[in-house]
Amino acid sequence: MRRRSPDFWSGLALAALGGYIVNEARRWDYLTPEGPGPGFFPLWYGLAILALSLALVLASTRAPAIDWRGTGRALAIWAALAISLVLGKAVGFAVSFAALTYFIVAVMYRRGALRAVVVAVALVAAFYVVFPLALGVALP
Amino acid sequence: MDIAAGLMQGFAVALHPANLLWCFVGVLLGTVVGIMPGLGPPATIAMLLPLTALMNPAGAIIMLAGIYYGAKYGGSTTSILLNVPGESSSVVTCIDGYQLARKGRAGPALGIAAIASFVAGTVGVIGLMLIAPPLARFALAFSSPEYFALMALGLAMVVLLAGRSLLKALLAMLVGLWIAGIGTDPFSTTSRFTFGRMELLSGIDFVVVAIGVFALGEVLANMEAHEEPQALPVPKGLRNLLPTMRDMRDCRFAFVNGSVIGFLIGVLPGAGSTIASFISYGVEKAFSRRREQFGTGVIEGVAAPEGANNSETGGALVPLLTLGIPGSGTTAILLAALVLWGFKPGPLFISEHPDMFWGLVASMYIGNVMLLILNLPLVPLFAQVLRAPVYVLYPVIFGLSIVGVYSVSGSAFDLALLAGFGLLGYAMRKLDYPSAPLVLGLVLGGAMERALRQSLMMSEGSLGILVSRPISALMLSFALLILLIPVVARLNAWGLRAMEEENK
Repeated sequence: MRRRSPDFWSGLALAALGGYIVNEARRWDYLTPEGPGPGFFPLWYGLAILALSLALVLASTRAPAIDWRGTGRALAIWAALAISLVLGKAVGFAVSFAALTYFIVAVMYRRGALRAVVVAVALVAAFYVVFPLALGVALP
Repeated sequence: MDIAAGLMQGFAVALHPANLLWCFVGVLLGTVVGIMPGLGPPATIAMLLPLTALMNPAGAIIMLAGIYYGAKYGGSTTSILLNVPGESSSVVTCIDGYQLARKGRAGPALGIAAIASFVAGTVGVIGLMLIAPPLARFALAFSSPEYFALMALGLAMVVLLAGRSLLKALLAMLVGLWIAGIGTDPFSTTSRFTFGRMELLSGIDFVVVAIGVFALGEVLANMEAHEEPQALPVPKGLRNLLPTMRDMRDCRFAFVNGSVIGFLIGVLPGAGSTIASFISYGVEKAFSRRREQFGTGVIEGVAAPEGANNSETGGALVPLLTLGIPGSGTTAILLAALVLWGFKPGPLFISEHPDMFWGLVASMYIGNVMLLILNLPLVPLFAQVLRAPVYVLYPVIFGLSIVGVYSVSGSAFDLALLAGFGLLGYAMRKLDYPSAPLVLGLVLGGAMERALRQSLMMSEGSLGILVSRPISALMLSFALLILLIPVVARLNAWGLRAMEEENK
């Protein structure tokens, strides 16, 4: 089977978004006695998204090579960030941010465990000194 | 208020010790950010924006503007030493700058970049000072239809110039309009696209999107690569950094060319400093007596684009401060900053807040002098930034992004949105969707819808109001023309190809 272009898939996703916007906009007033209603503007940009994304799908040709290794690295770091944000609610900023930093230094950049611990602790300490202490800004 | 009196008032504001400090902090941060490949001024300003809520607005805008134009100075260092642009506007500087460095002339290349940046940056500020006040007076005649047309024109130009694919730029801009529409409709109090979440009733904060798309998206894209690039050495000592008299003579036209082209392109919403630097380089090459040597290490090939990208910042502030229309991702964030502090950029901004406008103008003169001093003798020191380990830098950016978003709303939901927009920013880079149109669509979306609906209320529902008023009709015609140019060019190319095939 022919490999689809990333433009094909992103076009389909945007077409779905356009369809959702149009569907929602149709539930709201298009025109009211005072003038255009809440559905007026969204209906037009929703239709424009739908039309342009379908044009993108039709115009997409062959798939360029994707650097899956690099993408995997970036997605792994994003997942670590997302997990640290979720963990932050339970364990606080210091622990979750230190864990994220340790992961980046030790796992993604393959530096030694000791160096990773030192960087993580130093950064957490620096954030505490700069934000709550110096600027009076609360940490999450 | 005339220009001389305004400037006097501006210097009184800018020379206040606290504002001088913020100006220095801004240009210093800007230079560092410009040197770091992959961390641009929009990301930095977005990250720092929440913290400026604690500052005096005059000091805050002076600092953020310092980051904006300071980054243009720093961007050349990476282009010359690393052949990697620190900023997108320094891409073209790599061509001759890196070749000069390879020939052992990194010092004069860095020196001429700083001098051209200073000359053109100062010309850009003079242009801003002379053009902004009369333009603001002219724009006082604008009503809702003209504002709608102006925003449509601005978005059309951004979309046209933002990337390689017009379709993708348009789609990014429309998604920005959609994000701007999330929340409660101010006219009817209908909640739109809120997915039943209470947190979305007041809309999505601009800071969350800007930090997610620019800062996190950029860092995630940079973290794909495991290796860190190696820079060429910088010669030590001021004497080795100064260009020769012959270099200065060779760059006379480049200084003028960069200053004028940069400013004019900057005033156009959407064109941006990258386009300015490319056009300036092209003009320099076209009029040069040694055009065949361009690309092999010609000093004016560094001076022209570096001048243009600095002069452009003065020009880009003209539509932002007089019309409230940002022309790029960075100026969109500056607009959001002004709104966050309670100002309304537009035709009345200069007359209602002369201390802010003239203070900013005066600080830019001072900032350019600071940058020249920082970038000539201290460039070897700044080049050390390139040796900073990325495994320390990237967690710092993540931490600043989290704290920045949390300090705006104190909401864990916004942190989840931040992660989502970070992924969106990364996906946009991977799939070659430009992010500037999305951010501009987001910034202008609410005002654009309001202007359109107010126009249609004025005309009792007739779209004719948009084309029956001359200024609005002219701007909408331009917008249409701009969007049709690529379509006509493509049809023309197909026609030519068909004719060639017929002739075979």
